[in-house]
Amino acid sequence: MNGIHDMGGMQGLGPIEVEKNEPVFHAPWEGRVIAMRRALVASGKIKTVFREAIENIPPAEYLRMSYYERWYTAVVEQLLDSNVVTREEIASGKPAKGSAKATPALDAADAATLSFRVPPAMLRVEVAPRFQAGQPVRARKINPLGHTRLPRYVRGRAGVIEQDRGVQAFPDTHLKTPAAPAQHVYSVRFAARELWGEEASPRDAVYLDLWEDYLEPA
Amino acid sequence: MSTTRRGFLAAAGAAAGQNMAHAEDHKHDHQVVPSDPTLRVKALESLLVEKGLVDRAALDALIDTYEHKVGPRNGARVVARAWSDPAFKQRLLANGTAAIAELGYSGEQGADIRVVENTPTVHNVIVCTLCSCYPWPLLGLPPVWYKSAPYRSRTVIDPRSALREFGTVVPEEVEVRVWDSTAEERYMVLPERPEGTEKLSEEELAALVKRDAMIGVTKVKLPQRGGGE
Repeated sequence: MNGIHDMGGMQGLGPIEVEKNEPVFHAPWEGRVIAMRRALVASGKIKTVFREAIENIPPAEYLRMSYYERWYTAVVEQLLDSNVVTREEIASGKPAKGSAKATPALDAADAATLSFRVPPAMLRVEVAPRFQAGQPVRARKINPLGHTRLPRYVRGRAGVIEQDRGVQAFPDTHLKTPAAPAQHVYSVRFAARELWGEEASPRDAVYLDLWEDYLEPA
Repeated sequence: MSTTRRGFLAAAGAAAGQNMAHAEDHKHDHQVVPSDPTLRVKALESLLVEKGLVDRAALDALIDTYEHKVGPRNGARVVARAWSDPAFKQRLLANGTAAIAELGYSGEQGADIRVVENTPTVHNVIVCTLCSCYPWPLLGLPPVWYKSAPYRSRTVIDPRSALREFGTVVPEEVEVRVWDSTAEERYMVLPERPEGTEKLSEEELAALVKRDAMIGVTKVKLPQRGGGE
């Protein structure tokens, strides 16, 4: 979706504000939100894509919210969309009378090592690559309505395959396929001037990791 | 997206955002969810605990990981090892994931890591324009500025001005490479080793390496020389 989250190249959003000695969390609730989200993923009960839930936050709200406010909103939306809780339960903070009680998928011991037990995103499957390092390519002009990892600022632009980075599951959600087809992801180099015109430095470049379906030969 | 969903999102947005940020500015008389973020998150947690969906002690353990087990000290150890051991550096640049695993680092938001090297002719900087992708096992959770709209928007179109805000001036003749983390791989910058560190131990080198240098927005400096920059 051409949403507010796709910020690359936008202007006028202000100075970069750096906080000295920034804590990991600015309030305890932020840590609770990130931990709940992680535990819910581990529960296997969430059926929707987290990033899409964040991207669906209306633009004005997205800009107003802090990072963890977005996370809270997305977690609640995922719980509702996955039919795990009801709106009434969110409002009251209490389970509906007679609702089923599950057993948590994750105990403290599992949780302590959970972050260190994630599978690699690179899939060990044999898929023939369509492109090779050094090959000129162009990012396709597409405007998918769901989640995509092809930012607007490179669509239609010409680049060069820097490296084949291996095979990953295709992340776009608009295809609605039950299992996302795995395909090669390439590191693609775009000259700054190709993206931004003559005012950009002639030396500089932006590299993006792009799935094969985002690219066509140039 | 259905209209129902939009409707919910507007409600959730109002609940989560407006009142968290500006509780006094917005009056929602239909508001049923508490406006204070602490209370709202507490309500969600007790709901999920009572429904048997999450375990409180498990949440504590996850938070402990994010606060204490991951962080820039891990990345700094990787950098110091690369500066001290040319064979390790070669492995690190060829296959970041495998080399980092030699030091015991891997995991969530960093199961696949690529390390890019700063040199006298190339300066690398990491960004995620679409969200906030960041190498958690090596650097911990990202700082607010990394997740902010100004950094995400500007770094790809005008990296040199973004870098100047961190006090980093990259000479014209040096190429700036911006790495937008759009897929599942996460990136870390291997900064240049500063002059005058030849005699330092790996541990002393690691102490010099700060988070921002591994994102690529600053350079590693000796404290006595570059402290004021």
